[in-house]
Amino acid sequence: MTTTAPAPPALGREVVEVHVPPRTIYSELRAARIMWRRDLIRFVNDRIRIASQLVQPLLFLFVMGAGLNTLSRSGTYGVNLKTFIYPGILCIAVMFTAMFAAASIVWDREFGFLREMMVAPVSRSSIVVGKCLGGATVACLQGIIMILLGPLVGVGYSVTLILGIFGLQLLLAFTITAFGVMLAVRIKQMQSFFGVMQMIVMPMFFISGALFPTRGLPGWLEVLNRIDPLTYAVDPMRRLVFDHLHISPFARHVLAPGVTWWGWRVPSLLEVGVVALAGLLMLAVAIWEFSATE
Amino acid sequence: MSEASRNGGPAIVVDGLVKRFGELEAVRGVSFDVAPGEVFGFLGPNGAGKTTTINMLCTLMKPTAGTATVAGHDVVRERDDVRRNIGLVFQDPTLDSYLTAAQNLRLHAELYGIRRSLVEPRMRQVMSMVGLWERRNTPVGTFSGGMRRRLEIARGLMHSPRVLFLDEPTIGLDPQTRRSIWEYIRELKAGEQITIFMTTHYMDEAEWCDRIAIMDHGEIVALDAPQTLKEAVGKDRIMIHTEDDAATIAALSERFGISAQIAEGAVTFGVAAGERFVPRLFSELGVPIRSVSVSRPTLDDVFLSYTGTTIRDAEEDASAQQSRAIMRMMHGGGR
Repeated sequence: MTTTAPAPPALGREVVEVHVPPRTIYSELRAARIMWRRDLIRFVNDRIRIASQLVQPLLFLFVMGAGLNTLSRSGTYGVNLKTFIYPGILCIAVMFTAMFAAASIVWDREFGFLREMMVAPVSRSSIVVGKCLGGATVACLQGIIMILLGPLVGVGYSVTLILGIFGLQLLLAFTITAFGVMLAVRIKQMQSFFGVMQMIVMPMFFISGALFPTRGLPGWLEVLNRIDPLTYAVDPMRRLVFDHLHISPFARHVLAPGVTWWGWRVPSLLEVGVVALAGLLMLAVAIWEFSATE
Repeated sequence: MSEASRNGGPAIVVDGLVKRFGELEAVRGVSFDVAPGEVFGFLGPNGAGKTTTINMLCTLMKPTAGTATVAGHDVVRERDDVRRNIGLVFQDPTLDSYLTAAQNLRLHAELYGIRRSLVEPRMRQVMSMVGLWERRNTPVGTFSGGMRRRLEIARGLMHSPRVLFLDEPTIGLDPQTRRSIWEYIRELKAGEQITIFMTTHYMDEAEWCDRIAIMDHGEIVALDAPQTLKEAVGKDRIMIHTEDDAATIAALSERFGISAQIAEGAVTFGVAAGERFVPRLFSELGVPIRSVSVSRPTLDDVFLSYTGTTIRDAEEDASAQQSRAIMRMMHGGGR
């Protein structure tokens, strides 16, 4: 398998012959792992990207949160607006980064690297799974920065809280990356991808209830809210954060009423299940699309 | 199967390969074999079907009809086995410019499942060959076009492929880089058991191949060693610039029985023993001659004799056709 033939004397270079084994689960895992690592290496090397993707969530949290606080004071029953929207911001922070990570598929197509992945003797599913895990990991690294900002908005550190937020962020980031990859496989140009992202991500964010309680909405908005998958990440995130705060039961009832389906309050675990299911579904579509690409 | 193909059997067997894109027949039934260890060149103008053929052989496109095996494996039914045994260098770059040179190669090694302990030594070998070992920790984004192409070649070799496909490996490169790429190819031939399949439209490069296939309009019109092809032409090429090309062509056919063509702006024809023909030409042609050049048969002449046009004219023709098609599209009338 590894013959070390003598090199031609004039060149004096040793020939190292290697061997490409047939596909096994192990080789597929290696392929998925290197796709995951690629995202990580690129993220760490790109400090501007880390900074630029923090701008939007920070704007929402501190500028909008502080600016609208006076207006909203009468309706939040003593809870600072920043504290109220913080769980929503935890969600969108990972959402933007995850979408951006997925966008690199479009980038890879434009700059040719996609072809290197397409001709490799590995399953396309391994590549997509590695890519989605990579996007999720990168987004969570970004999310950690947001978690650390908690005390600035009145949310103190606690081990269960941090682990809970991290887990939810990881799940959401995976789902959003799968969603982004699903879109990105069909899109040929970067500009179009950003266009689609603006058209889909911003409405998803505004409708999700990241910025308002989900009870007593106008009928049309309530319907949209319940369809938006992000709703099912924002709500458990808010419940989790509020569980660790000392606020009046009344304020809690108004601010975190929970998501209802025809009057039935959806438990957190089921909400998390909805996000996970949406993620797996979109992952399946992404794999199917990616495998069908020539 | 793969062991048998390694020892003896042809590296590539192509039989009646066809590729149609809608109404356009890009490859019209080509057949050929490539022996192991051979450097095999596909020569032809742009748009002759070279890249389409290469894409079918390296499993990127499914043939419309016909079969092909590479390293003993069918390109449609045993796609993965083919992929494990081939290396690819495309015309367009396929590197990740955010990663360093070494990271690009390591990523490739992981995708191909190369044994971990061998990744580093193999990387060192292929990167030293293309002179980039010292630059291995530099991001590819800072590399020049020539360096990137060299790195692509190193990466294509990373997994010790049985067959290396090079699609126009020297296109758009400076003469020095072109020369060094040919040095790598010769070094490879000497040091490893590898078959090289390449396309080019540079005549001088085709001379380096063991055998070449001349492709024109989706068909192979000639296939042999460059020397044999040139000998078969047997005539020297004479190109003359005159005051009246039409009268010259008429006079040539009338007085000498030679059929001449206009190629690259000059009256061109082939005769045996060209130097001895030139004095006769001056005294007997009867049309004023401005300049004469006599050359030994080259692959250009081979191409000319099989296709009736020089490769350069064929390319200008193809691009003219292309721009006419674009004009038609822009003016709306598809047909």
